[in-house]
Amino acid sequence: MDPSTSSGQALTTSPVGQPDAHRGPDQAFTSVEPGGPAVRAGWEEHPPRKGFFTDTSICIGCKACEVACKEWNGVPQDGIYELLGSSYDNTGALGASTWRHVEFIEQRKPLGGQTTGVTIGVPETTSYAEPSVGRAVLLGEIGGDFDGSAGADHSGLDLFGSLKPAPAQDKPLVDLGMPAFDLPSASPDAGERTDFRWLMASNVCKHCTNAGCLDVCPTGALFRTEFGTVVVQDDVCNGCGYCVAGCPFGVIDRRIGDKNKPKDDLANKNHGVAQKCTLCYDRLSENLTPACAQACPTQSIQFGDVDELRERAQKRVETLQAAGVMGAQLYAEDPDGGVGGAGAFFLLLDEPEVYGFPPDPVVTTADLPRMWKNAGFAALGLVAAAATAFVAGRR
Amino acid sequence: MAECHPVGFQWVMEAKARGAKVIHIDPRFTRTSAVADTHVPIRAGSDIAFLGAIINYILSTEKYFHDYVVAYTNAATLVSEDFVDVDDLDGVFSGYDPETGTYDTSSWSYEGVGEHSAGGGPASDPAKDDEGGEEKGGGSGATGGSESEESESDRSAGYEMGGHGASLDHSEVRRDETLQHPRTVFQVLKRHFARYTPEMVQETCGISPEQLLEVCEAVTANSGRDKTTAWVYSVGWTHHTVGVQMIRTSAIIQLLLGNMGRPGGGIMALRGHASIQGSTDIPTLFNLLPGYLPMPKVGPHDSLDEYVAEIASPDQKGFWVNAKSYTVSLLKAWWGDAATEENDFAFGYMPRLTGDHGTYATVMSMLRDEIDGYFLLGQNPAVGSAHGKMQRMGLSHLKWLVVRDLNLIESATFWSDAPEIETGELKTDEIDTEVFFFPAASHVEKGGTFTQTQRMLQWHHKAVDPPGDAQSELEFFYLLGQKIRQRLAGSTDDRDRPILDLTWDYPLDEDGEISAEAVLAEINGFHLSGDKAGQPLNTFNEMKPDGSTSGGCWIYTGVFADGVNQAMRRKPGREQSWVAPEWGWAWPMNRRTLYNRASADPEGKPWSEKKAYVWWDEEAKKWTGHDVPDFEVGKAPSYRPEEGASGPDGLAGDDPFIMQADGKGWLYAPAGLLDGPMPTHYEPQESPVSNPMYRQQANPTREVFPRKDNYQNPSGDEPGVELYPYVFTTYRLTEHHTAGGMSRFQPYLSELQPEFFCEVSPELARERGLENLGWATIISARTAIEARVLVTERVTPLRIAGRTVHQIGLPYHWGQGDQALVSGDSANDLFGVTLDANVHIQETKVASCDIQPGRRPRGPALLEYVAAHRARAGVTLATGNEHRTPPEDAEGKHRRVTRDDLDGDVIGGPDGATGAKGSMNKQERS
Repeated sequence: MDPSTSSGQALTTSPVGQPDAHRGPDQAFTSVEPGGPAVRAGWEEHPPRKGFFTDTSICIGCKACEVACKEWNGVPQDGIYELLGSSYDNTGALGASTWRHVEFIEQRKPLGGQTTGVTIGVPETTSYAEPSVGRAVLLGEIGGDFDGSAGADHSGLDLFGSLKPAPAQDKPLVDLGMPAFDLPSASPDAGERTDFRWLMASNVCKHCTNAGCLDVCPTGALFRTEFGTVVVQDDVCNGCGYCVAGCPFGVIDRRIGDKNKPKDDLANKNHGVAQKCTLCYDRLSENLTPACAQACPTQSIQFGDVDELRERAQKRVETLQAAGVMGAQLYAEDPDGGVGGAGAFFLLLDEPEVYGFPPDPVVTTADLPRMWKNAGFAALGLVAAAATAFVAGRR
Repeated sequence: MAECHPVGFQWVMEAKARGAKVIHIDPRFTRTSAVADTHVPIRAGSDIAFLGAIINYILSTEKYFHDYVVAYTNAATLVSEDFVDVDDLDGVFSGYDPETGTYDTSSWSYEGVGEHSAGGGPASDPAKDDEGGEEKGGGSGATGGSESEESESDRSAGYEMGGHGASLDHSEVRRDETLQHPRTVFQVLKRHFARYTPEMVQETCGISPEQLLEVCEAVTANSGRDKTTAWVYSVGWTHHTVGVQMIRTSAIIQLLLGNMGRPGGGIMALRGHASIQGSTDIPTLFNLLPGYLPMPKVGPHDSLDEYVAEIASPDQKGFWVNAKSYTVSLLKAWWGDAATEENDFAFGYMPRLTGDHGTYATVMSMLRDEIDGYFLLGQNPAVGSAHGKMQRMGLSHLKWLVVRDLNLIESATFWSDAPEIETGELKTDEIDTEVFFFPAASHVEKGGTFTQTQRMLQWHHKAVDPPGDAQSELEFFYLLGQKIRQRLAGSTDDRDRPILDLTWDYPLDEDGEISAEAVLAEINGFHLSGDKAGQPLNTFNEMKPDGSTSGGCWIYTGVFADGVNQAMRRKPGREQSWVAPEWGWAWPMNRRTLYNRASADPEGKPWSEKKAYVWWDEEAKKWTGHDVPDFEVGKAPSYRPEEGASGPDGLAGDDPFIMQADGKGWLYAPAGLLDGPMPTHYEPQESPVSNPMYRQQANPTREVFPRKDNYQNPSGDEPGVELYPYVFTTYRLTEHHTAGGMSRFQPYLSELQPEFFCEVSPELARERGLENLGWATIISARTAIEARVLVTERVTPLRIAGRTVHQIGLPYHWGQGDQALVSGDSANDLFGVTLDANVHIQETKVASCDIQPGRRPRGPALLEYVAAHRARAGVTLATGNEHRTPPEDAEGKHRRVTRDDLDGDVIGGPDGATGAKGSMNKQERS
């Protein structure tokens, strides 16, 4: 990244109905700054930055977050009532009418600390380079008389062997866990079955420190709140859609209404307007927890001050790694990362690609300063050329 | 649990975070499996074999909690010499009558002392005679489906027992506390479960010895003085023809490991809806009165004393001997001043049972045009009950039907959109049923209590007014009662007295609605005379058999103790002890753990400091602890009853199971169950697997209904079994609620699971040519349904007896109708009706089927398709409907049923097709 505090201003020339102060400085690509993005946005008095820590290791995929979000925010039902055929996910992706999205990933991998029986009775082979887990005890060793000695070998099993990172040079393909990876009914034979786990994760807007959507918004509809979050103002957005391309995560989208329904139907609310998670701006203003976090039964979605959540997340990932869940990693949390550390970050149990997350997200406007610089040089060149032409012409 | 009880599951996750090991046993890999430490895939319906092996492990490795078992269970009690186990009788216990499919349970009893026989009692016992024969005058024609009269009447005892367990007519039994006598329960149990080896489990359940051992070790390592293990189940255990025995098997494990009556132990039944526990406490069941008092029966219960005598023998131990106080208080609550000592406290007003009026018996009665009207309250049987076609056909025979629900559910609209309209079995203009739909208030639109699975009552306040005409149940029934009473006013007909004499006046609350709190106070009960007249009762021990107290449900007495609505207490957990006794109120007497005397050793000291819960305070001479002691508070551990003492006085100071007739936890049930004193593995009613243990294939006492609308798939090694080769199970998804009445009308829920689907393994998908997101037709002997296909490795094929057994998963939320946002075929349509003998529950968690790619035929062609499949399998009325599995023929196969069977007269029974006004009959024969 090219830290620069001035050139970004070039993009924020027309904030309609919004105080400039809450937008302009956001283009500062300094990743760590006292006070966080709210200060940079010009909020002189502001509460601590708020955000989500979504711990996917304890998500049970109940989708309460999706429903609570829609109920509270009046987000319409989206799409047609049709099965997607993608595990238990019938939502598909985040979008204008999906501000929380629970993903389901079926994987041929053991979950750390877990033994699954899905392979019982199926001949064992493995599609991974690593040794399979939990299969080492042969039936014959158990014996039928329950003499109590047979299970002694359990503790010696390397339960997490297959989750250890493979050497870089022969890194295996990442199974994205999507049906398309290997159409289930087309897989060669039962011998392929090894271990199994079912990952669930509730995706949401990241509320980036350096937010691409906000950077590119020409109307000022998107703004940085005093909580450090990024919110669209429905009544300001003109539906240009720049933000859609501006989001490195594919979160924000324009809502397309339903022509077959009356104009005042919920489905046609904010037709054409860009929509996404507001981190329940209205609830935050009343000192309430956002609806999704409030509804989450297992506290997979944790809401709070970002600084505190980061500490909590760090401890949690260390705990999991110490317990042998080697895939556990934080995502979008790093203040030095491509979006300057998200306000809503995640603990994942596998590589981000597995969840359909970009592995190394960079705010789309990161290169703007350099681009503007180059454009400036080019413009100067043109001016020089023109001047030269005049000068030459005079001759 | 994560799938169906996500909110409650947070506590499992919390326990896991604190180091608890979570084991999930389920045919498919669910949201629970995803976060459990271990997932054990099991063949649906084989749970007794699996749990039995755990018992075998506990007994053969001597990992049982010896001191607990000897002191607190009936392990040391001697069983009658007459008892013969299943191993010696090829799959049935002694006393079996193959003609009726019932047991004479007298041989299962404890060994008597002196001339008395304790336990179930000999056949000459008058009480037992009553149980066995009370329905002969009651007209079995009015009940049941087509069971023979004998079998129907003989099996009536169990379900009419109420909650009081089996009575013992004597308090003395013979015990050998060394557990060495070959006829001690302990030794009987040990012999019985010796066959449940890891190999047997592998053959039966498809679970490897490795996994079995892992579970055995985890469960035993987490039990004992310092640790306890809990078992959590729901309808995956109950909806079986052996459901009662599945739970019994778990109870045996818990008693052997000392996990009952102790913190962190127990067996927890997860309920399917809010307050299902409450709906058995104050029951919606035909055979129970509030507080698990049995419903009186025609014949043996002419007088109050006769009725009370059958609940508990006055000679037995335990608290049920006070049943008269509970009953009289109930009668006083209902009939007030009209209930007097002279008129037996209006006991004569009470309706009497004439037989089985369970839901399936009632539906069959409808089909015989014996029932005029029906109320459906928050229930959608057209989708949610077994054999949807029989349900809908039954409704079409009613004169009127009242449906109270949040939405226009399929049971209210069957007359216009049932699948039978499409097949031609029903015609809208020929259905005479008048349907009255009343919109209901949801739980946030009314005040009242929920009783959850821990028996805890929690008050909820009304948040908003119900929309439009919607009303609460309380309001509706109060007004209905008012109107009926107005109609009957002035009547001199004796039969109207029970209605006219009812106490039917309640104050209004601040919203002008009938005060639910006043009803709760009535349930709690009052002193009616004496110094305290008008004051609420504080405990059920204050109830009197003389009419000086009232109380609508004795176990709830105390919920209004001191005139305070105790269910409304909401003191935060951080402000009180970890047991949190001041949050809500739990029956009985605010005890959070039942039988908690067992949390202390026989001397009254905690088994360990870590698991200290209640204990005997020697100085204060009373029981004390974190919870309300479930014991007479001043009864010392050393107390020993005098010879012949009965009732509570008959219980010793170390008899923790105070509601049992001998104060002990029953590893072996000498009476009270109709299908065996111990659990033993039987195959489901429909199973492609032969019972690996003995000739007897399915539960020999299961209630079968050989009717032409209820054909059964061939099982085991019956011919034709290959036409229905797969096992299927049904279940719920987090996104929907049961039959969909609360979820398929909600866009936000419907979009999350929009279509009916079947879950199949990749292996089965290949075997049958099924494609992910394609269509599949699933076929049983009753019907065929179609579903989208979800191919997933979460479903795993099992190796059973040398071959692969595939299982298919079907969520049961969808039904065919025009009103809901999403609809589809109903998984419950696949099932037939076969019931557990003890409680009349249907087997809806497992059956067999075939699956084929593509959509099912439409219209009348569907009926032909199903009939043709059935014909290829050679299905007759006898198929699957013989109680006792016939012996093998010369070829090692079971007897093939003959043409005589096909005509239906041999097995007999009314022609089920009459239910379809003849049309179905024609279809099936075409």
